[in-house]
Amino acid sequence: MKMRVIVTLKPGVLDPQGEAVRHALGSLGFDGVNKVRQGKMIELDLAENDPARAEEQARAMCEKLLANTVIESYALEPLEG
Amino acid sequence: MKAAVITFPGSNCDRDLAVAFEQAGAEVVRVWHKNTALPDGVDVVGLPGGFSYGDHLRCGAIAAHSPIGTAIAAHARTGGYVLGVCNGFQVLLEMGLLPGALLRNAGLKFVCKPVALNVATTDSAFTGGYGQGAQITVPVAHHDGNFTADADTVARLQGDGRVAFTYAQNPNGSDGDIAGILSENRRVLGMMPHPERALDAAQGSADGRALFAGLVGAFVPG
Repeated sequence: MKMRVIVTLKPGVLDPQGEAVRHALGSLGFDGVNKVRQGKMIELDLAENDPARAEEQARAMCEKLLANTVIESYALEPLEG
Repeated sequence: MKAAVITFPGSNCDRDLAVAFEQAGAEVVRVWHKNTALPDGVDVVGLPGGFSYGDHLRCGAIAAHSPIGTAIAAHARTGGYVLGVCNGFQVLLEMGLLPGALLRNAGLKFVCKPVALNVATTDSAFTGGYGQGAQITVPVAHHDGNFTADADTVARLQGDGRVAFTYAQNPNGSDGDIAGILSENRRVLGMMPHPERALDAAQGSADGRALFAGLVGAFVPG
């Protein structure tokens, strides 16, 4: 089954790239953007078909490699099909 | 003294680092990232600057889990010395051998210039060759050198004298102007500036020499 991993900087960790995007949006006339936080999305296609076990595997992958838990948090989302 | 300089795909300061160790009098062995063990008798491991594995995922993340990575971590955990410069510092953080993380520079630009550094402690083999309160000039060249850690960790590093170098003028937004930090046993140093690029006045500064001389000197008996 497929699993989507969303990795974002933890709240409180400054995001210079997000801040640059916010400035760029402002200069394009998009007013009222209070904050921009950017991150990355990783899609895993796993051999495992049991959702609970697939989530457990993906979580282990995040802890070990996919996220740097010093500065990043992650969310898992099982995908259909 | 025997130093092992690791080459990852994308390392580009490995030769410079090897030369720096050699000039200080060390025997240098070059080690490829696919090796699973360090050569016998290695005292110091050097992790060079560059763009290991193309900086994919996060700078240093893939190198930290490469085949040689496990051997380097074991070397450090059993009291071995490790010097990580620039990308090597990023690798040490990703391995968890040093605390904190390196974010994109606060100004978002790649910063490449000589910078003034304060030697924040002389209590280590790496910094013992400098005078107390010395200011040195060493180049930086990085895009992700913005050191960050939670406030407690920064306070602990400062309180325990584990900050090795600070920037005189912060070029990247690092917490506490931190340019380099030591492990608890003071045998692992990670730093963003490149001491191996400051070995000769013709390079603009020879201030990096004392780091390598001090480190090699720590292994001279007596």
